[in-house]
Amino acid sequence: MTELKVPSVAESITEVTLSKYLVKDGDYVQLDQPICELETDKASQEIPATIAGVVKFVAKEGEDLKVGAVICNIDESAKKPEETKAAEVKEPKVEKKAEVKKPAETKPVEEQPKTEEKKEETKQSYAANTPSPAAKKILDEGNVAAKDVKATTGVSGRITKEDAINAVRAKANMPQKEAFSRNERMEKMSRLRKTISERLVYSKNSTAMLTTFNEVDMTAINAIRAKYGDTFKKKYEVNLGMMSFFAKACCLALEKFASVNAYIDEGNIVYHDYCDISIAVSTPKGLVVPVIRNAESLSLAGIEKKVKELAIKGRDGLLTMDEMTGGTFTISNGGVFGSLMSTPIINPPQSAILGMHKVQDRAMVIDGKVEVRPMMYVALSYDHRIIDGKESVSFLVAVKDFLENPHKMLLGADPVELLIEL
Amino acid sequence: MSNYNVVVIGSGPGGYVAAIRCAQLGMKVAIVEKYSVLGGTCTNVGCIPSKALLDSSEHYHNAESVFAGHGIGTTRLSFDFGKMIARKAGVVKSNNDGIAYLMKKNKIDVYTGLGSFVTKNKIAITNDKGEKQEIETEKVIIATGSKPTKLPFIAVDKKRVITSTEALTLTEVPEHLIIIGGGVIGLELGSVYKRLGAKVTVVEFLDKIVATMDEDISKEMLRILRKDGIEFMLSHKVTGAVVQGNEVTVSAENKNGEKVEVKGDYCLVAVGRVPYTDGLALENANLKADEKGRINVDQYLETNVPGIYAIGDVVRGAMLAHKAEEEGAFVAETIAGQKPHINYNMIPGVCYTWPEAASVGATEADLKKNGTAYKTGKFPFRALGRARASGDLDGFVKVLASKETDEILGVHIVGARAADLIIEGVVALEYRASAEDISRMSHPHPTYTEAFKEACLIATDNRALNM
Ligand SMILES: Cc1cc2nc3c(=O)[nH]c(=O)nc-3n(C[C@H](O)[C@H](O)[C@H](O)COP(=O)(O)OP(=O)(O)OC[C@H]3O[C@@H](n4cnc5c(N)ncnc54)[C@H](O)[C@@H]3O)c2cc1C
Repeated sequence: MTELKVPSVAESITEVTLSKYLVKDGDYVQLDQPICELETDKASQEIPATIAGVVKFVAKEGEDLKVGAVICNIDESAKKPEETKAAEVKEPKVEKKAEVKKPAETKPVEEQPKTEEKKEETKQSYAANTPSPAAKKILDEGNVAAKDVKATTGVSGRITKEDAINAVRAKANMPQKEAFSRNERMEKMSRLRKTISERLVYSKNSTAMLTTFNEVDMTAINAIRAKYGDTFKKKYEVNLGMMSFFAKACCLALEKFASVNAYIDEGNIVYHDYCDISIAVSTPKGLVVPVIRNAESLSLAGIEKKVKELAIKGRDGLLTMDEMTGGTFTISNGGVFGSLMSTPIINPPQSAILGMHKVQDRAMVIDGKVEVRPMMYVALSYDHRIIDGKESVSFLVAVKDFLENPHKMLLGADPVELLIEL
Repeated sequence: MSNYNVVVIGSGPGGYVAAIRCAQLGMKVAIVEKYSVLGGTCTNVGCIPSKALLDSSEHYHNAESVFAGHGIGTTRLSFDFGKMIARKAGVVKSNNDGIAYLMKKNKIDVYTGLGSFVTKNKIAITNDKGEKQEIETEKVIIATGSKPTKLPFIAVDKKRVITSTEALTLTEVPEHLIIIGGGVIGLELGSVYKRLGAKVTVVEFLDKIVATMDEDISKEMLRILRKDGIEFMLSHKVTGAVVQGNEVTVSAENKNGEKVEVKGDYCLVAVGRVPYTDGLALENANLKADEKGRINVDQYLETNVPGIYAIGDVVRGAMLAHKAEEEGAFVAETIAGQKPHINYNMIPGVCYTWPEAASVGATEADLKKNGTAYKTGKFPFRALGRARASGDLDGFVKVLASKETDEILGVHIVGARAADLIIEGVVALEYRASAEDISRMSHPHPTYTEAFKEACLIATDNRALNM
């Protein structure tokens, strides 16, 4: 009997949640077959079997476990069920394998990973989410994209008529609620949620946080994106978004105002000669803040690519611990959800966070005349313990200046002023 | 005020299916047909009569050449060609009546006469007595089909130099039938008369027959039909056909530019078909056609004039009855606000010679041209128990599958009942089945369908069980 224990996932993590078992109690499992999913405060992880045998559950789904605690036992002395029959069915595969590789002395062992591979293959089939002719018509009419359908009944993930009908019905029923319901639901807080809540309260309680506001006229940035967007997309296969301009502007401003890019560490101030920009990404499980490292040294395309990569990983739950730790400054874009103004909370141990918001056409007074301009409010929340009002406000003004005059971002100042050495 | 929601012009497989589907969807529908019988080319001078004669001649041929091998003796075997033609006419008539019944059942008004546009919402119908009436409509579906292509240097007199239409109503079996064109129609009609005792010579411009099908089908068909006694003059460019009394002399140039002559008593010109829009007065509705005479349509089969649609042989794509039918249903549903779909790559092509040939999806040449990595599984019918039992040993099933994913990309069959077998390929393609998927499905034994499974086994893993 071998015990399967909670491995140490990362240095800072002492407790995990057993979110779900991937096998049934009493199943015969293969070596390296995923047994369960553990959720840590930042990511979830599959735990593979350390030996082949029959599993006997010890911990329950949903239970919090300390590192080192026993998840389940694996009885390696148990016989593999229906071994002969299974081998018979897979014979042609084994034969083929044997032809390519060395003779089949280790037959059963060789065969096992093959079975696994096979399962993976069917899951990732080229035909996944292919709707049948009738299903396609139903989806088109229901305005549901094939890729958004949960294909549960078709072979290799194909969308059957039944799947399509269910998908369209689900879409139609979505907002329906029982009238006058007084129902309440209790759900266990996920690891991630718990961590988020602890860190946010910690941040509020342990810093002297306040927020300064400004607004940015987005005319220049919009013009650049309109003019070069297509060419940029063709060349770099990523959209020229706003995030790259904001990250770049922040990096340049952070270089001018070093305290905004610094930490307090027990009576010391740690300054950073680099800018690791954390970007807040909302995922199905909650907010995560992956990091763009050395953003100051990246091109706009480099930043956009990184943002896209991190956002996709975040959405798919594939961000590693490494990708989510560190960071010297954070940018959070509440504008994507429509926020006009907000006071973001610092991501400790960092000292400041920039909040981006929705761009809205507003009447502005320009040279004594009223003009319509695309405007965005920006907010900088900062830790007053190390950043003075003058610095924080000047930082935000500098960011605004770079964004309204993007040519200054090239050399960190107005090129003409540099030329005539003003 | 409009009399109709939809007026369909032409009652071929495209038009009458469109009309029925529109009626099913609650529209008020009229159909306009120039001839007194419904059904278009397909029913009157195409698919149906040609298959009637193919089946009759096939029976005779079997009695003459195949029965003996099964131990069946015949004495004084004969046939009455007049009766064959009359039977064919009866088959056509019962189909005409069937369509007329369907129009009545679906409460579709039938107008007999030439339909032409007055405006985009007004159709004039002129019958053969010259009487004219006008109907108004919200939408129009043009389904006027096609007619045989004419060669500028050959005068078709419809007596000795004929098209497929006359070839279906001859009063005698030709002594020597010369067919210009080695396409499906030429080969089918050639087979009919070959079986009934005519000498048949096919003159083809290209170096192969059924040129749109997969190369292997072309080769196998040529081999089999040659074996059956049809003569082929490939790579011959026909330059003229001259009638003198009961004799037709067809002149041609061979590969080396030398002049060649063939003499026969009938010459069938079967070099394809062209869209038919004569008398429609397209210009009155501002409709546009391309240089080949096909009415321009977009992906919804809507013409350049909103509310006017066109389907079947009169628009781009394969000239096939089942393609016209799909388009008929597609347009009706589109007008009703539904979102149907046609996968043109998955419309099968069939040649009803014996053995039959049928094809769906990409040919090997297509895949080579696109640079798609593929694998081939080809299984001969001769290795099947069913084929041995019946004696139909010719042909094969050829499956082309993606080298990367094993997805079936094309299916090409020559052999007994290929026309019916091909549907498994269509289903496989529509569902994007892999060759292995098909090879893991039980196929009844003993049947010709087993060749499909075996070809898939070969394509997947090169592990045919019966070869
Ligand atoms: C010998 C032969 C054999 C064939 N065999 C096959 C086969 O086995 N399988 C297959 O799939 N296809 C076959 N075809 C092709 C098939 O017949 C056509 O693809 C099909 O008929 C096209 O249908 P349609 O509705 O577009 O037009 P059609 O069937 O051509 O119908 C058009 C109709 O519109 C009428 N019309 C035209 N203009 C007007 C007007 N202005 N006013 C009123 N009426 C008008 C015509 O009289 C005709 O009745 C064959 C064709 C031939 C010639």
